[in-house]
Amino acid sequence: METILDAFWQAGRLIVAADPALIAITLLSLRVTLTAVVIAALIGMPLGAFLAVKRFRWRRSIIAVLNGLMGLPPVVVGLFLYLMLSRMGPLGALGLLFSPSAMIIAQVIIITPIIASLSYQAFRELWAEYRDLLLSLRATRSQQIATLIWDGRRALLTIGLTGFGRAIGEVGAIIIVGGNIEGVTRVLTTAITLETARGDFALALALGIILLMLAIGLSLALHTLARTEREGRW
Amino acid sequence: MSSILPLSLRKVSLSRGGKRILGPIDFELGGRGLSVVIGPNGAGKSTLLRLMHGLERPSEGALAWAVPLKNARKAQAFVFQSPVMLRRSLVENLAFPLRLSGRPRTEAAKVAMDWAARLGLSGQGDQPAWQLSRGERQKLALARALITEPEILFLDEPTASLDGHATREIEALLGVARDRGMRIVLATHDMGQARRLADEVVFLLGGSLHETGPAKAFFHGPQTAAAAAFLRGDIVT
Repeated sequence: METILDAFWQAGRLIVAADPALIAITLLSLRVTLTAVVIAALIGMPLGAFLAVKRFRWRRSIIAVLNGLMGLPPVVVGLFLYLMLSRMGPLGALGLLFSPSAMIIAQVIIITPIIASLSYQAFRELWAEYRDLLLSLRATRSQQIATLIWDGRRALLTIGLTGFGRAIGEVGAIIIVGGNIEGVTRVLTTAITLETARGDFALALALGIILLMLAIGLSLALHTLARTEREGRW
Repeated sequence: MSSILPLSLRKVSLSRGGKRILGPIDFELGGRGLSVVIGPNGAGKSTLLRLMHGLERPSEGALAWAVPLKNARKAQAFVFQSPVMLRRSLVENLAFPLRLSGRPRTEAAKVAMDWAARLGLSGQGDQPAWQLSRGERQKLALARALITEPEILFLDEPTASLDGHATREIEALLGVARDRGMRIVLATHDMGQARRLADEVVFLLGGSLHETGPAKAFFHGPQTAAAAAFLRGDIVT
């Protein structure tokens, strides 16, 4: 119990003192995760809207595959990406292994199916509500999708936050393709893994607290900006 | 610009799950006035309107406008029984069809504001549309249909479950639109409304076009026993 309390005390000191290493790790975590979420949202949200409004032959199969990929094991993604990006792999020439770019790619692969699948669920309900009106107004396919994305933006915000939560807390894939190199690819989760193994619980706990604060802080900030409570729609 | 009317329906029918729910119907919708589509529940009133507007495709037969379909589609609007409100403000809902057709944002907003004032809702322009009362939402849905100045307007029981005041306002808007030359096709359960508004009556029964003709003649001397029974308030199937 004393060790835990001491770890909390040390963690508080590190945060209050704005430890430079801590800040560097935190900023890299944010950069990697936010980039991955933006890319995954740009792919997954229009894909979800398209699947909601367009009927075509393999639609059900694609939805089933996307649902299945929501539970994609990060370690498997990391291993697959490692093989692709390693010198002997087909993308080895790009020199991306053990770089933040490789970590972003891993996170995009993991969260895109989540964002696409949840977006599809949200858009399916909205499409059921809007379908007749949009068809009656002769909206083009791209206008239909744009309308669903704009009017479903609050649900999409929640979906984006879900993707962010999954990505920022991810460790299995990024430790394989990032390598947890200090000052280059060390992020909050990989640092927590390392410091716990080293027995530096104070630093590990400080990193963990920051991780939690980031997730909750970003959520609160976005809710405030989106005025979800004021307009009474969530 | 040439009129999209008449609309001709030739042996049009619609089936679902192997069961025919409408038709075959032969009918021509001419160029003037307000047609009221009446009939008991399940007669096919909504389905006929949806077919004419292109929301349903006929299983058999064909519909033909006086102009190519692409041009005809742009000159129509539809008001649904349950008003579909976009998750936007009142003014944004009104401006939406104009924005879809490529009108600049400021111009669309100005026209929408004018319509909001005409509806007596200018003070609620920024209010989310879903917060309006049922009657206000239906007025908004009608104005959103009228804002593009369609040549023909379809309405599927727009005043069902509205109070008398809201119904009167909707009917007044329809009257103005008709007087300006807009062709209107209205499905209704409300026989009082049918008598107040109709120039022509289309009586459906069991998915078939049972009787059609000028409103005065229909209400004073229906040609078929089923239509006479329906007007008396008997149950007809």
